[in-house]
Amino acid sequence: MPTPAIEVRGLRKAYGAKTVLAGLDLTVPAGTVYALLGPNGAGKTTTVHILSTLLRADAGQLRVAGHDPAADPDAVRAAIGLTGQFSAVDGYLTARENLALMADLNHLDRREGRRRVTELLARFDLTEAADKPVVTYSGGMRRRLDLAMTLVGDPRVVFLDEPTTGLDPRSRRTMWDSIRELVAGGVTILLTTQYLEEADQLADRVAVLDHGRIVAEGTPAELKRLIPGGHIRLRFAALAELESAARALGPVTRDDDALTLQVPSDGGVRSLREVLDRLDGAAVEVAELTVHTPDLDDVFLTLTGRPDAAALEGANPR
Amino acid sequence: MTTYALRDSTTMLRRYLLRARRYPLIGFLVGIPVIMLLLFVYVFGGTLGDGIAAGGGRAAYANYVTPGILLLAIASIAQLTAIGVAQDMTEGIINRFRTMAIFRPSVLTGHVIGNLAQMLLALAVVIGVALLVGFRPNATPVEWLAATGMLTLVSLAVIWFGVACGLTARTVESASNLPMPLILLPFLGSGFVPTDSMPTGVSLAAEYQPFTPVMETIRGLLLGTGIGNSAWLATAWCTALTVLCFFWARSRYNREAAH
Repeated sequence: MPTPAIEVRGLRKAYGAKTVLAGLDLTVPAGTVYALLGPNGAGKTTTVHILSTLLRADAGQLRVAGHDPAADPDAVRAAIGLTGQFSAVDGYLTARENLALMADLNHLDRREGRRRVTELLARFDLTEAADKPVVTYSGGMRRRLDLAMTLVGDPRVVFLDEPTTGLDPRSRRTMWDSIRELVAGGVTILLTTQYLEEADQLADRVAVLDHGRIVAEGTPAELKRLIPGGHIRLRFAALAELESAARALGPVTRDDDALTLQVPSDGGVRSLREVLDRLDGAAVEVAELTVHTPDLDDVFLTLTGRPDAAALEGANPR
Repeated sequence: MTTYALRDSTTMLRRYLLRARRYPLIGFLVGIPVIMLLLFVYVFGGTLGDGIAAGGGRAAYANYVTPGILLLAIASIAQLTAIGVAQDMTEGIINRFRTMAIFRPSVLTGHVIGNLAQMLLALAVVIGVALLVGFRPNATPVEWLAATGMLTLVSLAVIWFGVACGLTARTVESASNLPMPLILLPFLGSGFVPTDSMPTGVSLAAEYQPFTPVMETIRGLLLGTGIGNSAWLATAWCTALTVLCFFWARSRYNREAAH
């Protein structure tokens, strides 16, 4: 088995009496996207800062791109890129100057640096604004430049700390596309997010973080299976039809005012067919049918909404 | 990553100069000292000059006050340096620099060398204006060179003080306030009037603060007044302050990294 891009065992960090990370384990295989999902204060940013050599861990074995961030930070730095939560661009410079600064600090030679700058400007759709000071940029443009600057050094492992926080939906999609492109190029990504949809869209595996520990870990699909909540929603034209449908289907949740029924279901084709067969058998007309599968929002609330998250560790699929 | 010390420091200096070209601080560095120079020479100079040398008048005062004005200009660079460094430290870009395999102190050396270059340029302009309003130095080229050396030395000390303030402050605003008292040093020394004209307590404080021997040395080199042991005192003060502020800044800088 190839060496994982990131390996973390028993990572701990505390500020005084306040424990921020209480023994974190994670493994990120090379070339995959791993999402740390959790509310503010869960320890996501601290984890990223430790792995990217900004902070020191109190305890734990760490490997990033094959190196120990504490023992050999420069080897880790040479292999990683970080796009933090706060804009890491020089507002007084232009996009081209910012990227050229990164090329110089990555010790690229002049010609290679210029080639890389031009390429990244085009790739992130910044060519037109390349020579305007960054202070005049929109939030989305700033964020694109931020990521472009991270990529100048061709990092093998990229940390993205809440890469789309505060972006409008369109800029968010553009950012997602850029991230997917990176993955296609073989880069390993550790991203933190509060947006469940983002983890669902981008990540191969997700760890749900709460109070400095992982309360669940798995693929987005595995996590969704951890919780109930899927159902089929049926709407009827009249109360009489709702009555006969309710009789035919057995235990359901009914809402007479909205003329709807909710039938528990895993969202699969088999359960859907069974419901339709029963409705056919009772000769009931259905006005509208929707299938609701549990999304990461449900996972998140179920796993972190309880007072004692530790009690849920039994539900961890690992 | 000391192999890249020179290259990374040069890169960071280039970054500083790009910023300085777009948002020049030189206007501030020159503007206030020049206004003070004109004020002191043309408003107070006639009277104050008679106190410097009997019947000396405005001409005598233009000579006397110029070294004080130069130190006033130098004092103001502390604030600008502190603001620049604090801006870097409070914005996301410092985390980017810290996660790159670069010569780490280059972030600071860029500010130090860039500010020093701007400072020396500003001093040249202020001296030019002083010459226009009656400053009449009688220095030889060697004395000019020595005076430039002295000005560089004291500028470095003040700039490192600014760097340390910028790293100590939590916000840009407090970084801008922290070095403010430095502006008073030329006044509470021999910058504008001789210290022996002050009451004993004040006179003692003025005599033994770092800017006074610096101003006396520059006065001596450019105008031929007595230097005495001022040159040694000034050099010792500047070196000690530079070293002290350098280590202060370094410990703040490395501490930030571990937080």
